[in-house]
Amino acid sequence: MRRYFGRKLLIYGLTFFVAATINWMIPRFMPGDPVQSLLSRHQVAPEAVPHLIAYYNALFGLDQPLWQQYLNFWGSLLNGDLGRSVYQSGRPVTEVILAALPYTLGLLIPAILLSWWAGNKFGAIAARRRYLDNAVLPIGYILSAAPYMWLAIMVAWILGSVLRIFPISGGYSYALEPSLTWAFAVDLFAHWVMPFLSLFMVMFGGWAIGMRNMIIYELDADYSRYLDALGAPSGLVRRYAFRNAVLPQVTGLALQLGVIVAGALVTEIVFSYPGLGKLLLAAVQNEDYFLLQGIFLFVIIGTLIANFLVDIAYVLLDPRTRVGMSGGSA
Amino acid sequence: MGLEVTDLRVYYRTLAGDVKALDGVTVAVAEGEIMGLAGESGCGKSTFGNSLIRIDGRMRHVGGRVILDGIELPIADGDAMREFRYKLVSIIPQYAMSALNPTRRIGRMIDELLESRGVRHQELRTELRRRLLLVGLPEAVLGRYPIELSGGMKQRVVMVISTLLDPSLLIADEITSALDVSTQKAVSQTLVQFRDEGFVRSMIVVTHDVSILYQVSDTLAIMYAGRLAEKAPTEELMERPLHPYTRLLISSLPEMGVRFEEERLAGIPGAPPSLLNPPTGCRFRTRCPLADAVCEEQPPFVEVAPGHAVACWKAT
Repeated sequence: MRRYFGRKLLIYGLTFFVAATINWMIPRFMPGDPVQSLLSRHQVAPEAVPHLIAYYNALFGLDQPLWQQYLNFWGSLLNGDLGRSVYQSGRPVTEVILAALPYTLGLLIPAILLSWWAGNKFGAIAARRRYLDNAVLPIGYILSAAPYMWLAIMVAWILGSVLRIFPISGGYSYALEPSLTWAFAVDLFAHWVMPFLSLFMVMFGGWAIGMRNMIIYELDADYSRYLDALGAPSGLVRRYAFRNAVLPQVTGLALQLGVIVAGALVTEIVFSYPGLGKLLLAAVQNEDYFLLQGIFLFVIIGTLIANFLVDIAYVLLDPRTRVGMSGGSA
Repeated sequence: MGLEVTDLRVYYRTLAGDVKALDGVTVAVAEGEIMGLAGESGCGKSTFGNSLIRIDGRMRHVGGRVILDGIELPIADGDAMREFRYKLVSIIPQYAMSALNPTRRIGRMIDELLESRGVRHQELRTELRRRLLLVGLPEAVLGRYPIELSGGMKQRVVMVISTLLDPSLLIADEITSALDVSTQKAVSQTLVQFRDEGFVRSMIVVTHDVSILYQVSDTLAIMYAGRLAEKAPTEELMERPLHPYTRLLISSLPEMGVRFEEERLAGIPGAPPSLLNPPTGCRFRTRCPLADAVCEEQPPFVEVAPGHAVACWKAT
């Protein structure tokens, strides 16, 4: 067991190192100059430009050779310093990201977990009810196949514009200041519903389809047939089938949790939700190396943590992985 | 009281039409009898075994009755059949190696299975332990997952589970097929032991391997293309086979103490007919050396000597 997790941790460490390195490289290979674009957004007197360029290059460490920048990157990363955001005029990246993170997590974690739970339940029921299988599952196919952008806009249009139930954009009303009051909490919730709903709908379909297929497969497996031949009630057979069918779904959940930011990008743009996805887009548009790096770093860490949690979950759920660890016994 | 099967017909539904896997099988298995059921692949022997306990979605019960211990089994009705399964009729399936849920400890699976059948598992604990020891398994297997056992151990666990409620009839479906010869012997001896200990009253051992049946069974039934060709006490069938198919089948077995240097073992020329559109009359007539015009009519399965029945015009 300890060897297994030791090896896993080593692999995760290596993955983190390689991913962080690539993450450092990519923005620097993008065409363009972040300082130039920063200056071009401000009215700067032409004679001040060379001085400002030199000042900003020194501030962000861009005047040093690349290898030096790379070492600096690791040095400050290990100190928990992700650098300063060029686009947010020098605010520390960590601060910028931490301000956006709660919105993304608050949106995605409930959406992913609830759609996973509900999709699995529904898929398992659909697998044995013909009318559900024939009538409702196609809706799942349509939901998960429809372009997400279009679906999100439809949700915004119907619930926001036509029915006017929920506000269309933002994380909270501009008239309010973030505070621990009921009024703000209610407002926050109202803004949260539509982005959540659109994500939930899309992911729900995918989970339900996956679970339905797995259940049909498991109900035809030998152990199910044996239980049936010994007269076990269908409840027991289905309980066993569900438990075994859920294993691949757990893997899918890990992948889904890992791509948390990428998944929310379109949602956050459509609903102008102030999360990491929206921040990521702004960082790309402004060639903000440090912010981009910082966000990707969070994505990497998120993926690795999610995968590690699933590794642990798998050990608890599936005895076969445990046997693999200890080499088995006859 | 035993088992009485009358004119059992079970077809498989396919897109091309009905495959007549069982087409009028009439047979009786007496209490305490171990009947071996042999035949080529696709002759319907496994279908026969399965249809006595669990007719699945692809199978269709077309006709015939199954009476076990004086009770007619509702074999076509899965829900009504559930109550009789395990308690009255049980099976050791062909896939015994993969019959156990991979994510449950064996002991817990047994407990849950028994509870679901309304049996308190604590009451059977001692008996379960005793029977495991009888087949040479330590009690510790109950705490293991199926993947931790070897194939032979899984097979024995399944044998114990299937017979735990002392069913009246046990169907053993190709249970020796995946085993090496020495394990085959141990398994077949265990089957006989189970009957002698009273764990099961009668048994149908389905296999394509006639030599196994020779060690195990009291009577032998030979199936060909969805019908019974012949049934007799094992010794008699091996010594005095009446049906031409049985004769050819037995002559194609290697014999102990005979060296096959000069003569090659003879096979049976030809292939069994498709059961999608079986020929009329005797189904063996296309391969039979004795066939003539009379064989175009279906021969009845009749008793020609006490306990010896055969379906052939030429045998009577």
